[in-house]
Amino acid sequence: MQYLLLIYEDEKAIQERDEENRNKIFGEYRAFTASVREAGQFVAADALQPTTTATSVRVRDGKTITTDGPFAETKEQLGGFYLIEANDLDEAIATASRIPSARLGTIEVRPIWAFD
Amino acid sequence: MPLSAHELLQEVLKTDRARILSSLIRTCGGDFDLAGEALHDAVVAATIQWPQRGMPEAPDAWLLQTARHKAIDAIRRDQRKREKLEELGYTARLQQEEEDVTPIPDDMLRLIFTCCHPALNEEARLALTLRTVVGLPTIEIARAFLVSEPTMAQRLVRAKKKIREAGIPYRVPERSEMPERLEAVLLAIYLVFNEGYSASSGEHVVRGELCAHAIHIGRVLAELMPHEGETLGLLSLMLLQDSRRRARMSEDGDLVLLQDQNRGLWNREQIDEGLRLCREARATPSSAVYGIQAAIAAEHARAASPEDTDWEQIMRLYAELLRVCPTPVVALNHAVAAAMVRGAEEALPLVNKLAEDLDGYGPFHAARADLCRTTGRWREAEDAYRRAIALATNDPERRFLEGRLQEVRSVYLH
Repeated sequence: MQYLLLIYEDEKAIQERDEENRNKIFGEYRAFTASVREAGQFVAADALQPTTTATSVRVRDGKTITTDGPFAETKEQLGGFYLIEANDLDEAIATASRIPSARLGTIEVRPIWAFD
Repeated sequence: MPLSAHELLQEVLKTDRARILSSLIRTCGGDFDLAGEALHDAVVAATIQWPQRGMPEAPDAWLLQTARHKAIDAIRRDQRKREKLEELGYTARLQQEEEDVTPIPDDMLRLIFTCCHPALNEEARLALTLRTVVGLPTIEIARAFLVSEPTMAQRLVRAKKKIREAGIPYRVPERSEMPERLEAVLLAIYLVFNEGYSASSGEHVVRGELCAHAIHIGRVLAELMPHEGETLGLLSLMLLQDSRRRARMSEDGDLVLLQDQNRGLWNREQIDEGLRLCREARATPSSAVYGIQAAIAAEHARAASPEDTDWEQIMRLYAELLRVCPTPVVALNHAVAAAMVRGAEEALPLVNKLAEDLDGYGPFHAARADLCRTTGRWREAEDAYRRAIALATNDPERRFLEGRLQEVRSVYLH
């Protein structure tokens, strides 16, 4: 079996975290990733940019509706994901709008954090 | 008399700032801040150099070229930026483009479409458009939207951050994306206009400067996309509504209804242009909501007196609008037009049907109150005026409704 482990945390708390704490948790994450790799469990992992960079995409009556912000409904639940390459947000939105569930629910488009 | 260096600079900035900036943003890899700072540095350089060394033959090209040099300097100073932009080939492009200093019209479209990208929230779109396309200082935008300067500055920072971090591209949308994207642009322009035309709060009904800014952007867009019926329709609509600005408020700052306005105060020049654009818009296959609304405004503009108004035609146009835009507010306007054609008695049930949807909408209660008053339903009229007053968003509107309320009360109390 494969499992998706979703990470939820208070973004505000993350932003306000001081350097020392940030480095500490970073180190913990590195160690965790290494252990998962070692165990042969690793498939993929990425950090997401904060929800301020999120865009929600819906398709209704054949029209793509793009809105600023993350998915905020409570009556729909996370049901899957695609990790894609795209040149820019427009390309990502165009791909998102072709996901069948875009017609039925919402696709949240979030950029992946690129560590430099 | 020749212009002084300072006057010339102000003149160039007034007419060409947005074109220069839009070109700079493209050559800076879509970096709004880098481009803005480079332009600012170029303007500072101009204030020093023009009076000393004489004025350049092509001041707009001088500013663009100088700003490009400033951008290259800034990129060189900032290592991270340098690596990123060099990877994208932008420094090379900035240098190559030194030869070509004519801003291209597509850059203006890129700027407008990026500022009004649907992945930005509505407030951010309006703020960013006013800041970059119009060049309004942050403090003035803050005043226009009745928020503090730091709040507005924060809004602009967040918008630019989203553009950068979410990867909103600096380009004109492709044909397949155009309908949604153009809709967002037109809506942003119309919202700026409306913010000026019927200020959502405060003591002034009209903040005419915002109207003028919206018309300016609408004009730029209509020039760049002359075959899009809706760009012409929106410009026409704004011109026709704005033509009545001087007649909409009495000397005491009270709201004057269309039927009571001194039509001699209407701006004929704007009306003529609006009517011409309306005809052009309606002749295109892409004419839709803005074209229809312009046609409605045109009917009022054409009427020499309230009695001359072709309400039959206005009712038909609202029915057409209702088909493409079936909202309760459009249905309300259709019912009001129906009242003019068929009488208040017949229109009242149409309005009452909207009560649930429009309970929180002041103009609904005002319209209903008028119909009740006309048909002698005094007590219902009184209640409706009270609701309308409670929901009124600016003082002149409130005073007007209070006047009507007194009239109604004096009829049935005596």
